[in-house]
Amino acid sequence: MNLLFAAFAFIFDPANLLGERGILPRLVDHLLYTGLGLAVAFVIGIPLGLLIGHTGKGRNFVIAVTSSFRAIPTFGLLLFIILFTGLGLWPLVVVLAILAVPPLLAGAYSGLESVNRDTVDAARAIGMTEWQILFSVEIPLALPLILGGVRSATLQVIATATIAGYVGLTGLGRFLIEGLALHNYTIALAGAILVAALALAADGLLALVQKLVVPRGVSRGLTRSRSIRPKKPTGFRVMAMAPTKEG
Amino acid sequence: MIEFHGVTKEFADGTLAVDDFDLVIPSRKTTVLVGSSGCGKTTLLRMINRMVDPTSGFVDIDGEDIAQLEPVKLRRRIGYVMQNSGLLPHRKVIDNVATVPLLEGVPKREAHARALELLDTVGLDRSLANRYPSQLSGGQQQRVGVARGLAVDPNILLMDEPFGAVDPIVRADLQQELIRLQQELGKTVVFVTHDIDEAFLLGDQVVILEIGAHIAQKGTPAEILANPANDFVANFIGSGRGKRRLTVDASVTSSGDDLVLVDGAGYAAGVVDAPRGVIARPDSGSKSRSISNKTDQAGDA
Repeated sequence: MNLLFAAFAFIFDPANLLGERGILPRLVDHLLYTGLGLAVAFVIGIPLGLLIGHTGKGRNFVIAVTSSFRAIPTFGLLLFIILFTGLGLWPLVVVLAILAVPPLLAGAYSGLESVNRDTVDAARAIGMTEWQILFSVEIPLALPLILGGVRSATLQVIATATIAGYVGLTGLGRFLIEGLALHNYTIALAGAILVAALALAADGLLALVQKLVVPRGVSRGLTRSRSIRPKKPTGFRVMAMAPTKEG
Repeated sequence: MIEFHGVTKEFADGTLAVDDFDLVIPSRKTTVLVGSSGCGKTTLLRMINRMVDPTSGFVDIDGEDIAQLEPVKLRRRIGYVMQNSGLLPHRKVIDNVATVPLLEGVPKREAHARALELLDTVGLDRSLANRYPSQLSGGQQQRVGVARGLAVDPNILLMDEPFGAVDPIVRADLQQELIRLQQELGKTVVFVTHDIDEAFLLGDQVVILEIGAHIAQKGTPAEILANPANDFVANFIGSGRGKRRLTVDASVTSSGDDLVLVDGAGYAAGVVDAPRGVIARPDSGSKSRSISNKTDQAGDA
């Protein structure tokens, strides 16, 4: 328990906030690695996922490739790349991107696959071009699943970006590594808490975004509950009254 | 006028959906393609707006080979109404109706004003304009689908079993509405159904199709009813089973101006006008539609 208090005390000590080894610069670096990894993964994963989802072609091949990506140990891959390239930012970005591509891709193609084929067929039949179908029908309707992929990729990348500390970079993972190396578990725990807090904050933020951008009329729950709600009380009342009649 | 010339469609899996099909679809009339599932009728319909391209043969609209036209442009000047409406669930009713005019660059205000008029045309209250499709009943969604089909004021309206998924009372309502609309607008309507009663009710020209889109018979409803070309047609329209061969039931004494009709199996099927007990002679102008109405309970509703 004392360790936990000490860790929080470390986090909230203003002396640890700034400076070269402070929390803030490391947080910024952590976000930078995360952002770069996600951006690269986004540029590859989303268009590819949309292409597969729209055309329905190449699905099996891509699933096979991306699920084999998932089996690669990220840290091992990072060290392997560094053997050839030397230390630097880009090896880290590459492995983070490799980690993030599968969930982004899966979100994009399963999102498009979830769109009712009749809706797409009708859109085509009334004269929408393929791009118009993609951008004004398929993507809006697939947004919940696409953003689900983004959320899961973000969480994985934030958690995994801690390994940056092992390869000459900083980020919040640095606290973990330094703490373990110095047997200062307070700092190690503080680092772990910070990473977890960042992951939760990012997930919460994305959940909010998901709520805001999903078009009305798609979130069926909203429209349905409106028509069901007035009926519910009467249903309950009937059920509640039935036994009294018998008794 | 839409013409099919020796049209054949073989799908990639080897199914011969349409086999050497010829047909002339006259302008400003309703032509109904009717047949069992898998007879190729929907494939034929979708060839008119190039949702399907023929393997061989060609389709003309007003003498123009549509294979030479850009599919997207062609589709935007042809109305299309499908089963389950095919509305965009994330757009309000008014935006659904205005979809194609907005794509064509019509200013939003103008497109919306026109969309509201179209809601009137198809008998929908303007207050529904800001609802989402999932908030409408099946029948209302179909009406929105029809309004969307009419939005660019097309000469041709393609309807693919548009009333197949609604209950019989709503269907009868929509059918009457379509007859009224067609009298007002005079579009070239191509209508696909598997329901022969619907075909006879709506069609100026009815085309009965067998597997492979072979034409079993085509003609006005009266011609087909009077002279079924073969046993297939007779069975399909029900006269083979005695369903449409009606006789006056002599056992019921007429008390008014109607005589009771019974079908081949002896069940009461309708009544016929008989002022003072004498069956009225149909004047030459009478439409098959009214006969069909008499025997079709749902049609009267």
